[in-house]
Amino acid sequence: MFKLWTAILKDARILIRDKAGLAVMFAMPVLLVVVIASIQNSTFQLVNDNKIPLLICNRDGGEGSQQLVVALRKIGMFDVLPEDSTLNDKQLGAAMQKKDVMVAVVIPNGFSQAVQHKAQSVAGKALDELGIEAAKSDSSKATGEVPPVTMFYNPVLQESFRYSVQGALQSAQQFTENREVLQALYQALNNAKLSDSLEQSILNNRSAIRQIPVARNGSIVIPNTTQHNVPAWTIFAMFFIVVSLSTNVVKEKLSGSFVRLKTLPTNYTLVLLAKQITYIGVTLAQVVVIFSLGIFLFPLIGLPRLNLPSDWIGLIVVSLVCGWCAVSYGIIVGVFAKTMEQAIGFGAVSVVILAAIGGIIVPAFAMPESLRLLMKISPLHWCLEAYYTLFLEGGHLKDVLYSLLPLVIIILALQIISLIRLKRQHLI
Amino acid sequence: MSLALHIQHLHFRYAENTGVIFDDFNLEIAKGERFGLLGPNGAGKTTLINLMTGVLKADKGKIDLMGKDIRTDEKEVKRMFGFVPQFYSFYQELSPVENLEFFGAWAGLNKQEIKQRTDELLEVLGLTSVRDKAVSKFSGGMKGRVNLAIGVIHKPSLLFLDEPTTGVDVQTRHAIVEYLKELNKTGTTLVYTSHLMSEAENLCTKVALMDAGKLIVHNDLNALLTSHPQGGLEGLFLKLTGKSYRDS
Repeated sequence: MFKLWTAILKDARILIRDKAGLAVMFAMPVLLVVVIASIQNSTFQLVNDNKIPLLICNRDGGEGSQQLVVALRKIGMFDVLPEDSTLNDKQLGAAMQKKDVMVAVVIPNGFSQAVQHKAQSVAGKALDELGIEAAKSDSSKATGEVPPVTMFYNPVLQESFRYSVQGALQSAQQFTENREVLQALYQALNNAKLSDSLEQSILNNRSAIRQIPVARNGSIVIPNTTQHNVPAWTIFAMFFIVVSLSTNVVKEKLSGSFVRLKTLPTNYTLVLLAKQITYIGVTLAQVVVIFSLGIFLFPLIGLPRLNLPSDWIGLIVVSLVCGWCAVSYGIIVGVFAKTMEQAIGFGAVSVVILAAIGGIIVPAFAMPESLRLLMKISPLHWCLEAYYTLFLEGGHLKDVLYSLLPLVIIILALQIISLIRLKRQHLI
Repeated sequence: MSLALHIQHLHFRYAENTGVIFDDFNLEIAKGERFGLLGPNGAGKTTLINLMTGVLKADKGKIDLMGKDIRTDEKEVKRMFGFVPQFYSFYQELSPVENLEFFGAWAGLNKQEIKQRTDELLEVLGLTSVRDKAVSKFSGGMKGRVNLAIGVIHKPSLLFLDEPTTGVDVQTRHAIVEYLKELNKTGTTLVYTSHLMSEAENLCTKVALMDAGKLIVHNDLNALLTSHPQGGLEGLFLKLTGKSYRDS
């Protein structure tokens, strides 16, 4: 026990005196979690609280196109800038850049007429189906395709964001076309124009959609950027100890301390055990520091407060297993690396890659199918699953066992491979 | 004659498809000797030390230290010998006291024994004034003395020294050699390798010259110097191993 204690003390002293290493392990992730959470929170607020500037070039000017503009205004997502129908495509591009507009919509000439003809055609077909002779319908008019509305967008606009805008546009267009069909039907049946109040009550009677997060514990706490980001970047920080731990191992190999220890009446696996205990302690300290920031600092800087899971035992067990996995990864990188540069370079880059495929940087649901398979080999993915089960789904220890089992298997594999490698290098 | 070290029919190579380093190698070192293991680069000195200290495992043959087999009585044997490697094999971020505390514990000493030996060694080796400073800031000579102190903290009966004065100044070299002589007087057997023939002449009572994994000469130092009066140990060394470079 005395040997183990002196080894833990030795590693702790080396760690404390490594100021750069401490910065990488604590300052960097703290900075990262604050910056990422702030950015994502502001993006969230931008989408939900602010309106997107939209430039409309209405080259049609008819009633249908006016209705489309009204519908776009009503969606509430856009801040519709004053229309200018005289702009050509080139001028439109220049205007977008000048006014810093990300999206512009061009309603083509003939849009209203085409929509009207299409509506009358649809209404006529509907009346024919019902066996009603249209009084004064104009259903016999030939119908062509409605010329497409064009959406110009700045190439920096993210794809997912562009799809949201496109969805909103289609919704507005659908509303306009439905209104025309309704008008045509009413006109054909009653030989009169549909009143505004009836039109409003027919077209605007959409039912509300309630959004409820499904939690395992039945609670309906709405997840926010903090609940997503703090656990995710804590895991990233834990695995980033690979830089410090692997260089520590390489330094011991290169300095000959490994060899010296081999001449002493002890087993080097005990040295590795001491190293693991010390660094698991570091990962737990990271958890405490970053979670404390989420609880105490975030509300002070305008970010949502971190709500800890109700199952404390689950949180401690998950943190311990994640920390142990990160430490095992650091050990194996150190065992295989021949120089400190190799350990630092490979260690840092590999953690970023594992974070990317593990769902830390890009959400798992947004990944292509092929990467989702690859994701399962990333220990960071299983760590994230376990934390999300606790933080977002209100799960308990029994609910995270499914995620902890792969982590334990990964830990055992990393440890066994490290020991085999050390044996082959005559170091144990 | 009571033996401190007895190597019988040693056979070793690093891997299956590599050359044989030792083939039926034999060596005896008596207790209380100051034994110099000399040879050019690539002669196999460091490999032999690694085999004698259990860092490497022999393919065949038997190595007994203080009458115990290093394979079967590994833990017991490792308590009896000390090792001072060629390089500064300790933690440069730590102070001499912290290094001695760690290596002392791992050599099997308790807290009280470590404290007592640390104070003694730092005093003898002139490191008391820097006992709590990080070794990384030390000169080569001071690091060499820390390296030596770690090797002898548990008062070994047999001490292996692999070029212990490499990179140290003349004063430190002198101090180390004198300390080793004093240590030998208390009964510690020394097994020492070096490229410095004058230092070997000063320290050793018996020497073995080896090349390409084989012993060329193995005799009392005085007997060797008497039989080769001209050029001393260095002259004999060059005569037996040649003057061509050993860059392997």
